[in-house]
Parts: sequence; C-alpha cells; structure tokens
Amino acid sequence: MTETPLLSVRDLKLVFDGRKGPLTALDGVSFDIRPGEILGVVGESGAGKSLTGTAVIGLVDPPGRIAGGSIHLAGQRIDNLPAEAMRALRGRRIGAIFQDPLTSLHPLLKVGDQIVETILTHLPVSRTEARARALDLLEQVGIPAASTRIDHYPHQFSGGMRQRVVIALALCAEPDLIIADEPTTALDVSIQAQITSLIKRLCREKGAATMLVTHDMGVIAETADRVAVMYAGRIAEIGPVAEVTRRPRHPYTAGLMASIPSVLRRNATLQQIDGAMPRLGAIPPGCSFNPRCARATELCRTLQPTLGLQAHEAACHHPLVEADHG
Amino acid sequence: MAEANPILIVENASCRFDVSGPWLQRIATGAPRRELKAVNQVSFSVPRGATFSIVGESGCGKTTLARMIVGLQPPTAGSVRFGEIRRADGTVGPPRVQMIFQDPYASLNPRWRVGDIVAEPIRELKLRATEAETAARVAELLVTVGLSAADADRYPHAFSGGQRQRISIARALATEADVLVCDEPTSALDVSVQAQILNLMVRLQKKLDLTYILISHNLSVVRHMSDQLAIMYLGRIVEIGDADTIFNGPLHPYTRLLLDTIPDVESPNRARAPLSGEVPSPINPPPGCAFHPRCPMAEAACSRTVPELMPRPRRSVACLVLENSEGAADAQISRSTPSA
Repeated sequence: MTETPLLSVRDLKLVFDGRKGPLTALDGVSFDIRPGEILGVVGESGAGKSLTGTAVIGLVDPPGRIAGGSIHLAGQRIDNLPAEAMRALRGRRIGAIFQDPLTSLHPLLKVGDQIVETILTHLPVSRTEARARALDLLEQVGIPAASTRIDHYPHQFSGGMRQRVVIALALCAEPDLIIADEPTTALDVSIQAQITSLIKRLCREKGAATMLVTHDMGVIAETADRVAVMYAGRIAEIGPVAEVTRRPRHPYTAGLMASIPSVLRRNATLQQIDGAMPRLGAIPPGCSFNPRCARATELCRTLQPTLGLQAHEAACHHPLVEADHG
Repeated sequence: MAEANPILIVENASCRFDVSGPWLQRIATGAPRRELKAVNQVSFSVPRGATFSIVGESGCGKTTLARMIVGLQPPTAGSVRFGEIRRADGTVGPPRVQMIFQDPYASLNPRWRVGDIVAEPIRELKLRATEAETAARVAELLVTVGLSAADADRYPHAFSGGQRQRISIARALATEADVLVCDEPTSALDVSVQAQILNLMVRLQKKLDLTYILISHNLSVVRHMSDQLAIMYLGRIVEIGDADTIFNGPLHPYTRLLLDTIPDVESPNRARAPLSGEVPSPINPPPGCAFHPRCPMAEAACSRTVPELMPRPRRSVACLVLENSEGAADAQISRSTPSA
C-alpha cells in the first residue's frame, strides 16, 4: 500500500433519524481505493453496501445523515462539502452507474444529447467538440453503429445497450472514481459478462478507481481486485479477492461462500446460515453476527470486534485459520 | 424420452400472441398482423418425483411455458397433459399443480393473516371438514416449511423475504399438490437465504414425492436442483436431457455460451472474452436457427433451415452443425469435468 489512495473512507457512520431515535445503518466503515483498482463491496440486502456508495456520491437523503467519520477524495475532504460544490464534483470527478439503466436515462432526450449536456456541464469544450467526444465514448463502450445510435432515444436500446450508454455517461468527464451499484443485476447472464468485462477494461485504460457494489459473489470474483464483505452496516472482512474467496477468515464470509451452489458439481445439500440478518433497530451487542455464528463465545456477545490494518483483515474474535480450510 | 410413467406430458405445445396494432390503424397504414411466438413446438415429459428445469434468458418463453403448465395460459397449438398418479392415501387421479412465484413480497396478500393465506386453498377445495381441522392442518404446514404454528396469527409484513417464500410454499402444499411449478423461486432472495429455501425444497421433495418444474436463469441453482434440463432460446428448446450430462458436456453452442458466461466463485475466469450480441426480438426472429447470428459455429445452412431436436445418448440437441459434423464436433467440444 505505497500508493496514496484515491478514495479514503474512515469510520463512516450513517444514521437515519426516526421517531424512536436514530437507527445506525453504517457503523465504522473504513476502506481505501487506489487509482486503477476495483474494490468489490458485497453483502446481503440491508447490509449497507449501496448506502456506502450513496454516501460517497453525497446523495444521502434525509432522514439519513452522515453522523461521523470522513470521506477523502484524492486528499480533499468531501463528506462535509456544501451541496453546490458536491454537485460540481459529481459527474466530474465521481461517476455513477446504477442498477436499472432505464431509470437512469431521461426517456425524452436522445442519448447523445444527454451525454453532450453532461460534458458541457463539466468540461470547458464547445458543443461540436462535446458531440465528437460523445460519439467517441459510445464507440468505446461498444455500441455498434454509434454515429446513428447517438440520435436514438433510450427506449430504442436493449437493456444491455442502455447500460452501455449509462457507462458512457458516467465516464464522459473522465472521473477519477466510478461508483457502480449493481450494474449487471438487471441484465441477462450473457450480457452481464459483456458489461463486467467492459467496466474492467475501461477501469484499466483510464486508471479510474472503481467501487463495484453487488450481491453476486461470482461477479466480484471475476472483476474485483479487492473485496469488502459487509454485514449489518459494518465491514466483516476485507482483502484481496482471491484470498477472501478461497480462504475466508470471517465465519460469515465462509458461510456465504459455502451457501452458493456450484456449477461444477451437484451436491446433496447446501450449507446454510440459519436465521437472517438483524434489522437496524435490533443489532445485537458485540459482534453483530454472533446469534448466527457457530464459533460465537461470551466475548463475541459483549465486545465488538474491529478490523486491523493488514491487507486481509476480518472483524472477528475467532477467525478461521488455515487449518479450517483443510 | 420414454419414461414409464410421466406425470406431465407436453406435446408440440405452442403459444402465440397477437401483438399487431389496433385494427383501424392497421387498415389505415397497411401494416400486417404481427405475431409473437412465445413458445414454439415444445415437447417434453417429466417423470414423477423429478426436478425438471427450464433455463433461458429474458424473453425466451420460459415463463409462458410455466403458465401453460399451470393452466393460466392455454396453448394455441399442441397439448399439455398430466398422467394419472397413485397418491399415498390410495386415490388415483391427475396430479394437483400449484405455482410458487418469484416475488414473495407481491404474492402474499398484505392484509391477510398468514393463517388465512395458507388456509384459503384448504377452505376453497373443502379439503377439511371443520375450521379446527383446517387450523391444525395450517399449523402442520407451517411447521413443515420451517416456521412455527404461532406464525399463523401474524401478517406477511412481519416476515423476511425467505420466510415469506416459506409461506408461499406452505400455501402451495396446502392443496396436497403433487407438482410445483416454481418460477424463479429464489431470485429475489439473498444467497444465504436462497440456500435455506433450496434445502427446504429438496427435503420436501423427498418427503412428499413432489415433482418440481423449476424456471430459472440462475444456472448454479439449476445445477444444484435439476434431474432434467431444457435450455430455451427464442421460444424453442435447443438442448434437453439429463442435467448432469448437459452440465458436464454441453453440446449446443448456446448452452456452451450460457455455461461459459456464468461467473463462478470457485474458478473465476478473469480473462474472459464474452460473446457479443443479444437475444433478438421474438416478434421477428432470425430465419433458420434463431441462434445463428450469435453463433461462432454457424454455417450457411443455419440461416435457412430450422434445426430439429435430434436424439443423442441421454439428451437431444437442435443444431445443424452438430448433425453435419458428428464425429469431429464430439471430440472438439467435450468439456472436461473438473475433479472435485
């Protein structure tokens, strides 16, 4: 970790103010992303993975608010910027790709105009230059016959092609950081592979740091460099993707990996994690995973485990060691 | 496939939808009638107690086929028939068919108590004489699917996604169903919960001798559950047969494309070169083999002739190239089974 991180999130705490007092949705989330690196963020619904992305983009809506910690982009603190300054940053230095490509495009504007508008907002270029650039982007993301497609409306594109347009839109101001929130969930498997390899290629070519939020461990395993596994608003385990998937240390990660059916062979039963993730208002004291964990002891029920500073860390009092993986 | 005693027989079933514009507009503009062939001459049979999976991408007709099996959509040609079965209580007759839907948040009435949701089919079909017996049956069903009898008094909103899917299964079993058509039963669930539901489905199948028709696009789920498998592309079955045989050595180029593109945690293929192209519109499918514009093996004949399903050992494949170059193709595409 010699290179300075592009994005540095420290002890991020996000709460929702409710009638019964604040609910903590993110608690002490810390991670870095270096330029050109893809960090996968994986977890079950409600684990806080999308919320982490939303907090970085600065789109947390009330009653949610950032209650602690800091977010630095290339050394500049961005979590306390005024709304107007954040707006200038979004799109220019942070690009976002969301799950549903149909709702992230304006249905009444031609895709070319949407890209041109974004370029003109953020970069000091003429309209002609912006259009040439938009055309170039559409070609880069692999849209066939881009010179005619640039004047088509979003409904004339298929799901996979729309997601390519959204990616072109996210890249149009050459951002340093891309937040991709479930970019392939709405797509078919054969299209999903096209989109993930596109994101990977563009990330390498442009040296942009990418935060890839998904619930699909397979996508992470094939796309990300490092992965953060989230559980109940905290990072349970973080490390290089091959380490975390092959030799998980947190019992939750191990359970998650074992519960994915394999395509290589047919097993009689799947290993399952009993129970469900706790609700925000009912997160148990100590380690939030302790009620579902076979290794839990008294220590786990009282003291919340923390992440260390190594490359591969698990927030667990009794992490799995080499011997556990056979 | 000549099973001794099939529980479900689908013969040359087709389902076409008229998607042409309003008649006045059609006359004014001279536009022709347009037809969407959602399911096109599909045939298969399923033996009792087996899991038959239907796999394909969006728009390939798998949900229409499921709706035809449960009778929500009559086939426009061909037939969907059921075999006679002998139940545990000695009665003989056609099987009862029920459906489990994808979204457990949308398929349960939010204003009904869980007890009433599960009891509705029992009351409707008059399977129990008294309310007390019905309540006892509901309690028994809830315990069977891994909930508690006391949950009958709660409303659906008090349950998580996985628990709601358990309620859906209990409701389907309340009719003493023999065949469950499961349309993407776990795609709305998280993986750890998905494992719970899949394990429950396997356990119930053994216990109650259930037959599953599983519709899914998630190939790892299909791999885990299926005995038999049909891969659909634009309304037609392109490969059908024994699930292990197909997974260990897919023959049709589309099946191979599908199996190659699933991201796998155990052996991630980080340097993948994905196949380009997308599923064409089923309203105006390409002539000949519908897959030929995306197919790496396509020959001139593929754009002219529609391939028929040709029987092979333990499966059938619809591909002209395979038919024409039997021996060479076999050697080239046999996929090695990784040792576990």
